[in-house]
Amino acid sequence: MNYSKEVLKHFSKPHNYGKIDDYDGLGRVGNMACGDEMFVYIKVKDNIIKDIKFETFGCVAAIATSSVLTDLAKKKSIEDALKITKQDVVDALGALPPIKIHCSVLAIDALTQAVYDYYIKNKLPISKELEEKHNQIIKRESCHS
Amino acid sequence: MIYFDYAATTPIDKRVIKSMAPFLNEKFGNPSSMHSFSGDTKKALEKSRSIIAKAINANSEEIIFTSSATESNNMALKGIAFAKKSGHILVSSIEHDCVLNTAKWLGKNGFEVEFLPVNRDGIVDPKEVEKRIKKNTILVSVMHVNNEIGTIQPIEKIGRICKKNNIYFHSDAAQSFSKIPIDITNIDLLTISSQKIYGPKGAAALFIKGGVKIEPLLHGGGQEKGLRSSTENVPAIVGFAKATEIAISTMEKEQERLTKLRDKIIEKLTKEVPNCYLNGHRTKRVSNNINIRFSFIEGEAILFMLNSYGIAVSTASACSSPKLEPSHVLSAMGLKQEEAHGSIRISLGRMTKESEVNYLLKVLPEVVKKLREISPHK
Repeated sequence: MNYSKEVLKHFSKPHNYGKIDDYDGLGRVGNMACGDEMFVYIKVKDNIIKDIKFETFGCVAAIATSSVLTDLAKKKSIEDALKITKQDVVDALGALPPIKIHCSVLAIDALTQAVYDYYIKNKLPISKELEEKHNQIIKRESCHS
Repeated sequence: MIYFDYAATTPIDKRVIKSMAPFLNEKFGNPSSMHSFSGDTKKALEKSRSIIAKAINANSEEIIFTSSATESNNMALKGIAFAKKSGHILVSSIEHDCVLNTAKWLGKNGFEVEFLPVNRDGIVDPKEVEKRIKKNTILVSVMHVNNEIGTIQPIEKIGRICKKNNIYFHSDAAQSFSKIPIDITNIDLLTISSQKIYGPKGAAALFIKGGVKIEPLLHGGGQEKGLRSSTENVPAIVGFAKATEIAISTMEKEQERLTKLRDKIIEKLTKEVPNCYLNGHRTKRVSNNINIRFSFIEGEAILFMLNSYGIAVSTASACSSPKLEPSHVLSAMGLKQEEAHGSIRISLGRMTKESEVNYLLKVLPEVVKKLREISPHK
């Protein structure tokens, strides 16, 4: 597998990994049978993602995309964090092998789920767009879709 | 960098390089030519053939040189199939892709192909072969040692069953040749390779027992008794023979040394790393193979992190495969997908030193710990 320097940098020294015990939102996507599973924890204050951490079971790309996603989302408003695209993740990593692009999607899904969880827990109004995204994520049953 | 991937390929032994050198330059003649330039190469070719034949107690006429184990395996399966024209072929489900995919291709082209299961230890039960033999079975192919998990298959017993039923038996011995003695009494076709035994790439052989009729894959000038046309790759074949000589003459001692190192790795890891398990039978395995799995982490990640510590291993994890599919060998053994994902293969060889093994045993548990810290499951 040919990984970019940036991917290997994030993989060998991942940023923001671990758990936030008193998280405000938790997103869990993927599963071990599929080969990658990600948990994203967020801490929110005044609509800003004050802290974000991840736990990932998976390959080099899965760990690197989790790490870079937490960098991209940290200190952003929830609205801006939800605007992060897979291309943003790939760009931040320099490049991702085509077969590993699904890892960047998984990372974004995990963040989306964390935000959704935060909204539900705090009984905040959920936009139609977020509701749709959430439904799509839970509908994805097969691996790497 | 420390190399722990000898099952993938080996470096060429210096003595082998020396033996090849004259044939790359001054002794370049085509063995089929009539003039004096061909004399040396023709002699070297036949001497190499006799060295390799002797190593497996075969006759020289029974050795056909090819370019790779992949070619030998293709030749064995397709060669028998084309000679028989139709029939039923039994192949183990843990064969190397070059056997599996050849069998699948034959299945698409009119032959009846069936795959033999393996038990939880990664071993074919000869009774399963016996059970599946039919009136029209023409060939059984079971490898001697599996390339991923190193398990030794009961090929003597399977060979006996085939002989009793008048069926050809082929075995891919690329991973066992010069590591484990091979008894060809009940084997009709056997694949061996140079690049796994410190010889050059581009040389391999297929043993075809006298009287066994097969069709060639390559038609042309009629080299290798008309079974494999192509100007013989004399430098590589000479190297293959030299590599065979060295490996066979040191086999017993070297296997004893590697078995000790292998067992040290298996015992230390399975004892000291929590949730770490050996894949494949504990003792019915080749001296240089350790295939081990760690729960809650993924093989490609282990491989890359070890690589950053200067250690090279391999993995058949789904994430490392171009199709994102888990290893067919581990799946055939009944491992769950999440178990297969966390597996790596450590393979030892002639240059492996105890100090290298000690370094691996220091680093690998740290790598596992670090990746588990990142994982949501511990």
